[in-house]
Amino acid sequence: MTTEPLFSIPRSLESETVTITFDDEALRVPAGISVAAALLVGGVHDFRSSVVGQVPRAPYCMMGVCFECLVEVDGVPARQSCLVPVQDGMQVRRQIGAAELDDVSFGEEP
Amino acid sequence: MSDAAADLVIIGSGPAGMAAACEARAVGLSVVLLDEQASLGGQIYRNIESAPPDRLDVMGQDYAAGQSLALAFRNSGVRYLGGAVVWNVASDGTVDYVANGRAEKVVGKYVLVASGAMERPFPIKGWTLPGVMGAGAGQILLKGSGALPSGPVVLAGCGPLLYLLAWQYLRAGVAIQAVVDTTALSAYLRAARHLAGALRGWQDLAKGIKLLAALRRHGVPVFSGARELSIEGEKQIEGFSFTRRGKRVRIPVALLLLHQGVVPNTQLSWSIGAEHRWSPDQLCWQPVTDTWGRLAEMPIYVAGDSRAIVGAQASAVQGRLAALAIGERLGAVTDIARRAAPLQRELRLRTHIRPFLDALYRPNDENRIPQKDSVLVCRCEEVTAGQIRRYVDLGCKGPNQAKAFGRSGMGPCQGRFCGLTVTELIAQARGVEPCDVGYYRIRSPIKPIMLGDFVQ
Amino acid sequence: MSDQLVTVVGGGLVGAAIAYGAARAGMRVRVLDQGDAAFRASRGNFGLVWVSSKGGNLPRYARWSRDAAKTWPDLHKELLDLTGVDSGLRQPGGFWLGFNDTEVKARADLLEKIDREVGDVPFQMLEPSELRQYLPGIGSAVVGGSFGPLDGHANPLMLLHGLHAGLRHKGADVITGVDVADIRYDANSGRFEAVASDGQSWKSERLVLAAGLGNARLAPQVGLYAPVSSIRGQVLITERLQPFLNYPTNKVRQTGEGTVQIGSTSEDVGLDDGTTTDKIEWLARRAVETFPALARARLVRAWGALRPLTPDGYPIYQASTSCPGAYVATCHSGVTLASAHSFVIGPWMSGLTQSPPGFDVFLSDRFLDPNASYSHDH
Repeated sequence: MTTEPLFSIPRSLESETVTITFDDEALRVPAGISVAAALLVGGVHDFRSSVVGQVPRAPYCMMGVCFECLVEVDGVPARQSCLVPVQDGMQVRRQIGAAELDDVSFGEEP
Repeated sequence: MSDAAADLVIIGSGPAGMAAACEARAVGLSVVLLDEQASLGGQIYRNIESAPPDRLDVMGQDYAAGQSLALAFRNSGVRYLGGAVVWNVASDGTVDYVANGRAEKVVGKYVLVASGAMERPFPIKGWTLPGVMGAGAGQILLKGSGALPSGPVVLAGCGPLLYLLAWQYLRAGVAIQAVVDTTALSAYLRAARHLAGALRGWQDLAKGIKLLAALRRHGVPVFSGARELSIEGEKQIEGFSFTRRGKRVRIPVALLLLHQGVVPNTQLSWSIGAEHRWSPDQLCWQPVTDTWGRLAEMPIYVAGDSRAIVGAQASAVQGRLAALAIGERLGAVTDIARRAAPLQRELRLRTHIRPFLDALYRPNDENRIPQKDSVLVCRCEEVTAGQIRRYVDLGCKGPNQAKAFGRSGMGPCQGRFCGLTVTELIAQARGVEPCDVGYYRIRSPIKPIMLGDFVQ
Repeated sequence: MSDQLVTVVGGGLVGAAIAYGAARAGMRVRVLDQGDAAFRASRGNFGLVWVSSKGGNLPRYARWSRDAAKTWPDLHKELLDLTGVDSGLRQPGGFWLGFNDTEVKARADLLEKIDREVGDVPFQMLEPSELRQYLPGIGSAVVGGSFGPLDGHANPLMLLHGLHAGLRHKGADVITGVDVADIRYDANSGRFEAVASDGQSWKSERLVLAAGLGNARLAPQVGLYAPVSSIRGQVLITERLQPFLNYPTNKVRQTGEGTVQIGSTSEDVGLDDGTTTDKIEWLARRAVETFPALARARLVRAWGALRPLTPDGYPIYQASTSCPGAYVATCHSGVTLASAHSFVIGPWMSGLTQSPPGFDVFLSDRFLDPNASYSHDH
């Protein structure tokens, strides 16, 4: 769940806004910013749990180099949210561990 | 898959890329420029085209200077592809990229790599906790969305960007909880040796002194000479500790911005197979080029911070010089000596200060080479400093064997955030120089690409 | 511990396994290994522990592979207990997938022939509907496949790590950063001297050449012949993914870390271990044809590695007659055969046991027959 945001955008700069959801919670954020910025401003502190140790992780570099800001965007897992501009109606989810391929179910166990 | 061709393909829309495009277009070359970001400007001029006037004011004149360059770029007739993720550059000038979920190619008679710099990693205890970011990230949030820290923020480390951000935050009314400066006294002494011939150094020093004064005026605590940095917290940062003047200081923190300089983004140049040298002054790898920026025996040039850290203005000049050299090779420029002379003068002027800055802002060994075994070095695969040292004990002589044994560098960031640390860790453990250790073997794809993007 | 010292030239999968086998049998062992930038076929190994379709032209090789698969669990457990390193062995059986009827028929014929000639190499041919029960989301381009219950996979890098750690536990001396340029044999003392390109040298009573591509140059210096040439294989690997593939297939497998490995090519390009965009694209397309859901998987790395292949693709295991105590071991299935190399080859090449029965077929003399012709069977 979202709490006190670490970043905020001063009112005077807000023009157009869009609504996205993060884990089904609606966030109203300025248009044109990155999903990562939108989540930070929307009060999200951890974006994902890491693949190896399942520990909470959040953006570090904001420029597409560190790969910490990975979230699921509209069903596509592990997207670098600092490189994705927000769109109205976007559904974003916390990335839990490794990405999952869709349309795949488990086969028979050996 | 559409094939396109151009005289010059440029990768990166920062100052080097934009200036090169303008220069190349001016001498009549066809130019394609690719950048993975949706908007123009690279990092330093990020979002320059959409920056409102009050943000320009907060950011300062170095940022605002990007506006005229961006305008000239837009008017130059370059074919500009934003949101294009380059995943391979071949030595014959073929550039593979993905745009809109499709794999495409463009072939340049020449290619200019202008992918700029990235923040140096800051591997200290707890640096992977949420609430810990780079100072560059703070700047990107400011430039890209006008976002400012909503509560008190701590800035820690060294380097001009840290102080610039502190100044920008002050002007924007952000509550700076503390500035923790890791610059060692020895750095000042070492830097003083380079003052001769670096007249600009006085102005930078003066800027720094003015900033310190401003911080003090606002009651912001500044801790100098900080050592043994450590971050605590369970699910996110809760506290930040350091030693200063022999005493341990601990402050509760919700947002910590770390910075200890920027380093060239060398993924492309390594993947192309270029030779790199280790710079003991800048503590990073630099591709080996001729004075115009050309990689040996290839139609590929490198300009700007991805060649060596020189700053925005010098990057733009290097971009122009590379474009002129390429223009000459293509027969579009016949008087290169005359055209290049003023640019080369400007370049010399702007790079005179480098040895001074490199010495003054040299990141401390302890912040580059973690001594505590438990500190994470490879964030993606969660490999610790202790594990890397154990691989050296097992006979690993370099980062590729360490990668094979422990998976460092195998995650999605492809070694960007751990490469320098692993090289220096192994060098220290073996008692040799980083140039004897080498770097990860960087291969295509230089950014992760969805398999489906290759399928038509 | 024996008072004889054996030098193993090459610390890759083959050399490390043989050296480990020698050390665990009580020999004093020294391994000479190259540095960080070596060609290292080990790094390119796909990781299969595979029996199916091996030895179509050489039944002894089919038996050799089958026996290795059967003793692999012992190696896995031993390394895990001794060093804590998990080689990642999984032997649930494995699949070969075919994309047209001709190749499926050829596959059935081959497996039937091997089972008939060798015995106890079971297999099953399966229709797509049957395949789908074991391999979820298999693509419609797959028209048939075979299942080998003896097949499996492991992690080649962890195996190498484990063998090196095991070597240290057993007191072996592993020297890295060594480029062996020459081997000298002193007939009077019966001793060998391995000389590096920087002039350093090491003496021993016994010698095993397991230097991959380097064997071609070194073998003649001890009266042996090891014609190996390099065949490049390009391999792709994805980001870590949630588990979805419980069985390895010969071209696509999901590792213990969750990454999906996609391979591989067979190219004759000399000593070029680079990757090419056309092959990367080809491998990606074939992977998506096999498992369409992989379209959403991200490729994180591609690499090329040089397989050291003999003219017929089968190993060379040979003792030198002119320089007793010297041996050469060359093969490109360093993962599948790791247990055999440790448990059988190591003691043999240390002089502790006889050569395994039927091993004459692996002598390189077969390549000196002017009437013979070969094709790679792998």
